[in-house]
Amino acid sequence: MAKYMLLIHGDAAQWDAMTPEQWAVHHAAHAAFREAAGDRIVGGEQLEPAPTATTVRSGGTDEPMITDGPFLDAKEGLGGFYLLEAADLDEVLKLVPLLPEVHAAHSAVEIRPVVFHG
Amino acid sequence: MNDEVVAAVAEAHRREWARIVATTARLTRDLDLAEECAQDAYAQALRVWAESGVPQRPGGWLTEVARNRARDVMRREARFRRALPLLVTDETVPGPEDGLAADDRLRLIFTCCHPALDRATQVALTLRLVSGLSTAEVARAFLVREATMAARITRAKRKIATARIPYRVPSSDQLGTRVGAVLQVVHLIFTIGHTAPDGAQLVRRDLCTSAIDLARLLHLLMPTDTAVSALLALLLLNEARAASRLGPDGSLRLLADQDRSSWDAGLITEGVALLTDALRRATPTRYAVEAAIAAVHAEAPTWADTDWNEIIALYGVLRTMWPDSPVVQLNQAVAIGMRDGPQAGLDALEPLLGDPALATYQYLSAARADFLRRLGRQPEAATAYAEALTLTANDVERRYLAARLDEVVHG
Repeated sequence: MAKYMLLIHGDAAQWDAMTPEQWAVHHAAHAAFREAAGDRIVGGEQLEPAPTATTVRSGGTDEPMITDGPFLDAKEGLGGFYLLEAADLDEVLKLVPLLPEVHAAHSAVEIRPVVFHG
Repeated sequence: MNDEVVAAVAEAHRREWARIVATTARLTRDLDLAEECAQDAYAQALRVWAESGVPQRPGGWLTEVARNRARDVMRREARFRRALPLLVTDETVPGPEDGLAADDRLRLIFTCCHPALDRATQVALTLRLVSGLSTAEVARAFLVREATMAARITRAKRKIATARIPYRVPSSDQLGTRVGAVLQVVHLIFTIGHTAPDGAQLVRRDLCTSAIDLARLLHLLMPTDTAVSALLALLLLNEARAASRLGPDGSLRLLADQDRSSWDAGLITEGVALLTDALRRATPTRYAVEAAIAAVHAEAPTWADTDWNEIIALYGVLRTMWPDSPVVQLNQAVAIGMRDGPQAGLDALEPLLGDPALATYQYLSAARADFLRRLGRQPEAATAYAEALTLTANDVERRYLAARLDEVVHG
């Protein structure tokens, strides 16, 4: 088995513009995904929007630089994640299309294998 | 070294390479090691066969040697290899409902053409691992440096292992779309070979041969898949005319000027039979319609006898399957010009002139130039030929266009 991080990227402005009805459909889709994935899900959360992020990086001195916002200033940001355990990439690729973010025009799901530290 | 042995090894390389890599990979669960062991087996064949003769089943001999070599390496490196990510292999045989034989070569092709790899990488890996082209040859097909291609292939193999792209024929619910990707890769290999995008040669024979071998292999392994049959038919019908595309002096011969007696009648018969069978069994795929167009050309006894009505109608069908392809529209416009005269052709090309997708497509300028020339509008024809010339990087095509340009300028 291997672990995969599913990073849900999208345009926060478009998520914010969704109606309660649209959110209900959205949440139902996530529920269907979680049901299909079952105990393959190791973890997963929705994240607060990008403006709530704080980034720490090298300031060129000994003291790290702390800045407001995400590392990359892009229209699309990280909106949430799942951590899945699966036998191979095809198993993940069968589940991921259940996520509503795969079908909206402004969002996408990135699948990243997690490094195994035996 | 005796020629017979060299020829036997070359033949075994062409026919058996994919099977040997594929079978060995299932044992090693490591594409790199499988490839190395296959290479070793061929090197040994050159030595051993020269002494003791070519074995009755060269493929079996080579597979055995490659797998033995793999066992040795794995025993020696057992501790080291445990730390490496390995190919996910699946020993289960697909059920009869898949209609597929669990052939190792199919696993290899589907792994190389996995959608998690980009298209250029799929093509490169397929040429390297399935067709057995050297990294230098694959680099030449892509017009990149060998080191660049080696790095790309290494990265792809690493992704296959670390992202755990399975070494398996996809399950039936995914098979449809996955076969589509495989066919696109094979078609692309043929297209790159058919008119080399760059360089001194018009045709890259090695790539065309490789694509046809792959299509034949897929057809052998998936005989009931009509999209596979249609693609093989398309490639064979194009290949049948290959020898006549260049004159004795190496100059380009357009379809109208080709010596039809040099077309390969055997390939045409085979292509038409495959296509007919595919059309009888299922609704036509994109490749079937393209093959049908190639068949109409291949079966016309002379250029004047070409059934342009049929060709225009088939391009119409293709446009409904592929509505966003301006190239299909361009080809249909050219066919209209052949049926109804150069002015009609020019009119049909008109709506395409502003299409940004065709802005650097030399065949649009070349087609316009030809119609303008036939209408006697020589200065405009000259401009269009000059434009096509700046957009073409293939030397043989450049010589053809330059000669035509000279003709319309100097009469």
